[in-house]
Amino acid sequence: MIHSLFLVNASGDIFLEKHWKSVVSRSVCDYFFEALERATEPENVPPVIPTPHHFLINVLRHRIYFVAVIQSEVPPLFVIEFLHRVVDTFQDYFGVCSEAAIKDNVVVVYELLEEMLDNGFPLATESNILKELIKPPTILRTVVNTITGSTNVGEQLPTGQLSVVPWRRTGVKYTNNEAYFDVVEEIDAIIDKSGSTITAEIQGVIDACVKLTGMPDLTLSFMVNLDISSELNFACCFARQCTVTPVTTVFFSLVAIPVYVKHNISFREGSSQGRFELTLGPKQTMGKAVESVLVSSQLPRGVLNANLSPSQGTYTFDPVTKLLSWDVGKINPQKLPSLKGSVSLQTGASKPDENPTINIQFKIQQLAISGLKVNRLDMYGEKYKPFKGIKYMTKAGKFQVRT
Amino acid sequence: TSAQRNRSNAQGKPRNPTLKNEDLKEMLESNKESLKLEAMKRIVGLIAKGKNASELFPAVVKNVASKNIELKKLVYVYLVRYAEEQQDLALLSISTFQRALKDPNQLIRASALRVLSSIRVPIIVPIMMLAIKEAATDLSPYVRKTAAHAIQKLYSLDPDQKEHLIEVIEKLLKDKSTLVAGSVVMAFEEVCPDRIDLIHKNYRKLCNLLVDVEEWGQVVIIHMLTRYARTQFVSPWREEGGIERTIYSFYDSEEERKVEQTRPYIMDPDHRLLLRNTKPLLQSRNTAVVMAVSQLYWHLAPKHELSIITKSLVRLLRSHREVQYVVLQNIATMSIQRKGMFEPFMKSFYVRSTDATHIKTLKLEILTNLANEANISTILREFQTYVKSQDKAFAAATIQAIGRCATNISEVTDTCLNGLVLLLSNRDETVVAESVVVIKKLLQTQPSQHSDIIKHMAKLFDNITVPMARASILWLMGEYCEHVPKIAPDVLRKMAKTFTNEEDIVKLQIVNLAAKLYLTNSKQTKLLTQYILNLGKYDQNYDIRDRTRFIRQLIVPNEKSGALSKYARRILMAPKPAPVLQSAFKDRDRFQLGTLSHTLNSQASGYLELSDWPAVAPDQSVRNVEVVEPVRLPCIFILFYFLKIMLKIESESEENSDDSNKSSSSQSEKSSSESDSEKKKKTLKNKKLQQQKPDSKDRLLLIIMTKYILIHIVLSISTQFFVNCMCSLLHLCVFLACQFDAVSWHVHVSLQASSPVFVPETSHELLHRMTGKGLSAQYRFTRQPCIYGNSMVSLQLTLSNSSDQALENIHISEKSSTGQNIHRFNAIERLEPQASVTVSMGVDFNDSTQAANFQLCTKEDEFSVSIQPAVGELLLPITMSEADFTKEQGKLMGMNESSATITMKPENVSSQSVNRKVVSVANIGVIPSSQENIYRFAGKTVSSGSLVLVSVALKDPDAVITINTEKTVIGSMLLRQFKTALTNSGP
Repeated sequence: MIHSLFLVNASGDIFLEKHWKSVVSRSVCDYFFEALERATEPENVPPVIPTPHHFLINVLRHRIYFVAVIQSEVPPLFVIEFLHRVVDTFQDYFGVCSEAAIKDNVVVVYELLEEMLDNGFPLATESNILKELIKPPTILRTVVNTITGSTNVGEQLPTGQLSVVPWRRTGVKYTNNEAYFDVVEEIDAIIDKSGSTITAEIQGVIDACVKLTGMPDLTLSFMVNLDISSELNFACCFARQCTVTPVTTVFFSLVAIPVYVKHNISFREGSSQGRFELTLGPKQTMGKAVESVLVSSQLPRGVLNANLSPSQGTYTFDPVTKLLSWDVGKINPQKLPSLKGSVSLQTGASKPDENPTINIQFKIQQLAISGLKVNRLDMYGEKYKPFKGIKYMTKAGKFQVRT
Repeated sequence: TSAQRNRSNAQGKPRNPTLKNEDLKEMLESNKESLKLEAMKRIVGLIAKGKNASELFPAVVKNVASKNIELKKLVYVYLVRYAEEQQDLALLSISTFQRALKDPNQLIRASALRVLSSIRVPIIVPIMMLAIKEAATDLSPYVRKTAAHAIQKLYSLDPDQKEHLIEVIEKLLKDKSTLVAGSVVMAFEEVCPDRIDLIHKNYRKLCNLLVDVEEWGQVVIIHMLTRYARTQFVSPWREEGGIERTIYSFYDSEEERKVEQTRPYIMDPDHRLLLRNTKPLLQSRNTAVVMAVSQLYWHLAPKHELSIITKSLVRLLRSHREVQYVVLQNIATMSIQRKGMFEPFMKSFYVRSTDATHIKTLKLEILTNLANEANISTILREFQTYVKSQDKAFAAATIQAIGRCATNISEVTDTCLNGLVLLLSNRDETVVAESVVVIKKLLQTQPSQHSDIIKHMAKLFDNITVPMARASILWLMGEYCEHVPKIAPDVLRKMAKTFTNEEDIVKLQIVNLAAKLYLTNSKQTKLLTQYILNLGKYDQNYDIRDRTRFIRQLIVPNEKSGALSKYARRILMAPKPAPVLQSAFKDRDRFQLGTLSHTLNSQASGYLELSDWPAVAPDQSVRNVEVVEPVRLPCIFILFYFLKIMLKIESESEENSDDSNKSSSSQSEKSSSESDSEKKKKTLKNKKLQQQKPDSKDRLLLIIMTKYILIHIVLSISTQFFVNCMCSLLHLCVFLACQFDAVSWHVHVSLQASSPVFVPETSHELLHRMTGKGLSAQYRFTRQPCIYGNSMVSLQLTLSNSSDQALENIHISEKSSTGQNIHRFNAIERLEPQASVTVSMGVDFNDSTQAANFQLCTKEDEFSVSIQPAVGELLLPITMSEADFTKEQGKLMGMNESSATITMKPENVSSQSVNRKVVSVANIGVIPSSQENIYRFAGKTVSSGSLVLVSVALKDPDAVITINTEKTVIGSMLLRQFKTALTNSGP
């Protein structure tokens, strides 16, 4: 399946290679570099690149390309999913997945890759199992290892490897039995020029932090208060025992949009100045405050500089990437935040065709915008009484306003 | 400095990257574990960077048997990387893995098999095969999983092993462990995807296990089952081929109606089982699994059940960019055939400004596929936003999409056309060019109504520089010159001026335009046309010269032009069918969805074609699995059997006979009266018993075990609970099986072979260069367990050519004169003058010092040579505890003991020198001794595996050498050699 893996950094250098079968020369990456050169943006490199003898499947995470070399037919998602799993594992082990972190821990990286694939087929990808095989490097452990000469490598087969619930070790024991659930909902929306919603979706994730002794069965019941026209679909990975993060997707046809944007962005033909005005306001928030608001916008290429004044928060404009970002903070309904001023165009540049799209990020604590409520949590199969807690949050996913 | 080094080691980052290979070698050869580990970490760092570290191979491979597990793992990493390049040296490590394959720790067994099978050295294929076969029956499912992985590796190394590997696959397919299922199906797909018959019996089991298989295995199994189902079940889509409805007349009788009615489709229950059991996997967190189930439903499910995959696929669009890309491609293919599936989710495909370009284009493709009369206005409104996008490539793609919508949905053709004409005044060139091209295609459908658009485009012509767009306008002018009779000649005039500076594609269209105008309006354009044709005649591009010549002959009548010119007008001005604007995903459904081939739209190597549904379903009963009925009889048989084992063992222990064959043959005689099934079981167990060494310790264990079992059986019978009894019996069987294996491990542990303490460098002459006509050969004993066979002594042969011409085809002749079993080295095709080559071979000396005689041949000559082994080379070292040693020694008294007293030279008395002397004479292992003046050594003979125990007791100034072994001849010969070695002085 997966023949080799090359890690390529943003400047196009291969800084790590690993082969699971016969060695594939790194010159195979030339085809990737060609594609990289052709792409205008780093994200535009096609994920699957055919070459005369191999296929290159790459993913881009943390400004590193993970390029897998494939020789024959394999479901591409299989490889892509695996590569993302590799990145997640690195992040889990080293805190960040950066070139420096990988280079510093090259031995652990190699040991991990060796365990994760055998002959190109995934062997152990569950972080629970990997951590028993190869312990993550911590400062304390490195000191202990230096003194005692012990190693990071486990000698026994992790128990999870043999069970049907590979994510859970057998015989888990906690002194405090507790179960916390965070219901996090993300709104994806496209709002058009006039402020009407073109499309909106809510995706909910229930993050579970469950520390329960033994193997209890948990049942989470929800209270849903929705219109008939709305549609709810749960896609969970509960897979028998609720032990790890399940993912819930909720599709709604009617979504309450918690913020609105008043904008006035205009460029005049022949003039080198343009007007830029933005005002944000809360809408349908059920009385909850909208926090951590961040507005960003990719201004047209012809823009030279922006001279704006925010009523609150700070803004930055990067003249190279033309990226404007405005850190608003909390929206005060009495005094709406605004960003006003002018943008200057390059002399001689013509008026841009399109006004920039505005991306908004925000958070609302203690609110599930879909109206979803957790009714109760029941536990079966074990005797003790766990401590239970629940938290709600709504935040923006891909929230775009076209202007 | 070592502390400093250690500290940098802890960070895993070499502090001094310029450290030379020499230093690394030194570190690897040091005694300190930490230094070795540090060196290995740096070497792995080098490998990771793609630097060549193959030079260090000999130094690294020595550490393969290290006790430090991290060091060992790093050595494995190194070995797998470089073994292919250093095949001969890699062979040195094989015995370590062979030993580790018997380790009681399953992780060690599995990792040994992993590494052994990853060493791509063709010579070890038989060893790999053996190891795989053994691991496939291992008790640990993890080891069996590793065996399944090893199958593919061996297959890629040596495809000739296919038949044997299929046997192993067949066995592993029957495995009930969820851990094994995915890996073995992967091996099946790689080695023998066409052997669909192996799946039949396991089909239902695989379906039922699927939910519990690990996620990667699920993907592979689902893809395989999709192919399987397409060959075994009939199409559930039949009703869609044409709904056959018979209109029954009032008078039709009941019977007639039955005959007429087409047989309703009934889904095979196995087909339903697959669909039912894969459905919950749509909620997997692994996107590859979701995609796999989706494609399974797409290819196998009745059309009305397809809607359940829609939501899951749309959910995947929230995942990473690369996942979106693949999923969108699959949705694009699906949406062509079944618009209805994704129409409710149309808004999920709206483009966001932050999407990557290839994601945007795919979304555009899907939106275009979904467009119909009802939603076209919404989609067009959305497209209007996209056209203004800053990403011009995307804007151009949108224009194409608008063109497609316009041709597919006739209601909006005019609207689209007007919109596109507006775009002609866009400032961006690519947008304008793309609009021109699309307008050209649209106009072909109804040209007469749109002469003003053509005029408008002619006006724009001067400002357009994109060649494709210019060519399109020229073509429009020519084609519809009758609609624009005034403008067309003027355009031609302008073009005549700029002809030489135009692109080739534009030049061709200029020639075309000229020809068409010449035919319709020759009065105004005759001269212009001739001018252009003259220019074209001398053009640099041969296509244009060619076209010019052709056109001239066609349109300008002269004496030479034949009948064709009469038809020139009809040829050039023939009405042309409008181009059909199709989706790029039109033909993608020839590939199975979710595959690499589908993503690339070209067949990747190893792609397995999805067959069409069979017209008639093949036999369903092949999937039936006989359920083993619990019978009462076996219970009693087993009881008998245990009794017998016990009797046999006890009698053996009394007889103290080492002839296990005899007892087993008497055993089989006794059993001849018993039922077949029982016999089978018994022979199996007997085999196991035979494998046990007639070693009292094992016997003791077996006796204890059997008695324990008997007590259990008697107890369970006496309690009269028959069901209970059955249960406990089953448990006992399992227990027994475990114990047998445990015992076999135990045997290996107690007689564990160890690596040689000392390997002499001296080599012996096999063939002198004078007698060998330039070919000389030397051999030496490597003292390693032989990889060619367990009873062989491993030898290293160095062949050199001292003549002045190359020797060809050096080999050992097939016939062996003395009847020893010899594993020959592979023939050496050519040995250059002054060159030498080292090969390894194995000889089974049968535990005797009789020389092995054979013929060493070159292309021209044959030389008789013989290898005379020293008695000490017929042994292999083993390790055991001191207590075991004395116990074993106690058993080998009397006839089996030989001893001698010698007078030691004072310089030989030290423990070091005694050890050195003894191990240099014989290949035996040192046993730790608690008594100061007694040195103990243990080994076993290579062929028969008999113990050879040596002890040297020092009683100043004398020493007593005692040798205990069943092989008395070897014992006395060894004694003589030790005597001379220990009495002589010198090293």
